[in-house]
Amino acid sequence: MHLYERLGEYKMDVLKEVGNIGAGNAATALSHLLNRPIDMAVPKVRLVPFECIADEVGGAEQVVIAIYFRVEGEASSHLFFMFELEPAKKLLSNLEFFPAGEEQAFSEMEISALSEIGNILAGSYLSSLADFTRLSMSPTVPQLAIDMAGAVLNYGILQYGEMGDSALLIDTKFLEGCDEVQGTFFLIPDPDSFSKIFAALGVPFE
Amino acid sequence: MIEESTVVKVGMADLNVCLTGSIRTTGLGSCVGLTLYDPVAHIAGMAHVMLPSSDIAREGVRNIAKYADTAVPELIRRMTLEGAKLTRLQAKMAGGAQMFAFASNNDMMRIGPRNVESCKQMLQKHGIPLLAEDTGGNYGRTIELRCGDGMLNIRSVQLGVKEI
Repeated sequence: MHLYERLGEYKMDVLKEVGNIGAGNAATALSHLLNRPIDMAVPKVRLVPFECIADEVGGAEQVVIAIYFRVEGEASSHLFFMFELEPAKKLLSNLEFFPAGEEQAFSEMEISALSEIGNILAGSYLSSLADFTRLSMSPTVPQLAIDMAGAVLNYGILQYGEMGDSALLIDTKFLEGCDEVQGTFFLIPDPDSFSKIFAALGVPFE
Repeated sequence: MIEESTVVKVGMADLNVCLTGSIRTTGLGSCVGLTLYDPVAHIAGMAHVMLPSSDIAREGVRNIAKYADTAVPELIRRMTLEGAKLTRLQAKMAGGAQMFAFASNNDMMRIGPRNVESCKQMLQKHGIPLLAEDTGGNYGRTIELRCGDGMLNIRSVQLGVKEI
């Protein structure tokens, strides 16, 4: 069952486009919200060995703010939106009702605002994806964690543990201004969802 | 500082044995960091267990460190090769958190507690006493076991450092 090790370049490109469409719409939503331009990097689609997954977000112990959605429906997936702490603060300071402060900790109000931002972005990510594939995808209520990146991402890749030692990640980075990483979207489709995504897009998948 | 230079790292779904310094695994979420220690020979072993049972493997079991039921016997075997005695082994463990709470009936969602249960069963089966544990909760942990005295150092973002 090493399906994902056999995905050719073409299928990887299809998945990249999937990430592109979702993240493109989410970036537009974020740009509207902040009323300033937001750029995004070209999505990356990779089969990442378990031990390297945390390196994607700066190491297993890197503290991140992660907003997590379980995506239910035909193409069930895990969706994470991750920030490092400082960019998250900066993001909040862009919103008028959160003056930039020196405080390190996040207030309840700030946490709630970040969840809501995550919710808006995930909503636009998934609805554009659902339109594109005509598959049903609906996010659960957002769950926010401020914790080690390794521990958080681990949650999304458990199902891959049954099949092998690596997981397929579709990730897109948001940038604002000069290369300042605002956040990263990780879409981790369940192993069983790939055939459905490919079938919906008319890509042969045996 | 000298300790730092001799840290054996254990990755996700990995296990290892260490004779000097300490052995560490980072970013435990729902995974369980199971440690075994021989207080006479000062041999430490650690497994980063990801899933409770190899029964659910759809791949055929290629990585025995990944599952609780296969990792524990392998860790014992590796430690015995280095001179540890099964009858002297003591266990400690940490991890098995539930990072996100869900009202979902998907069994995958409560994998943390299941990992812990499965590890305990395996310890019992081999007659290894569990001296201490720091499991459950909803936060990630990094753990480090010292070969010298068998103390397990546990760090988390929310609760800081503790030793068991």
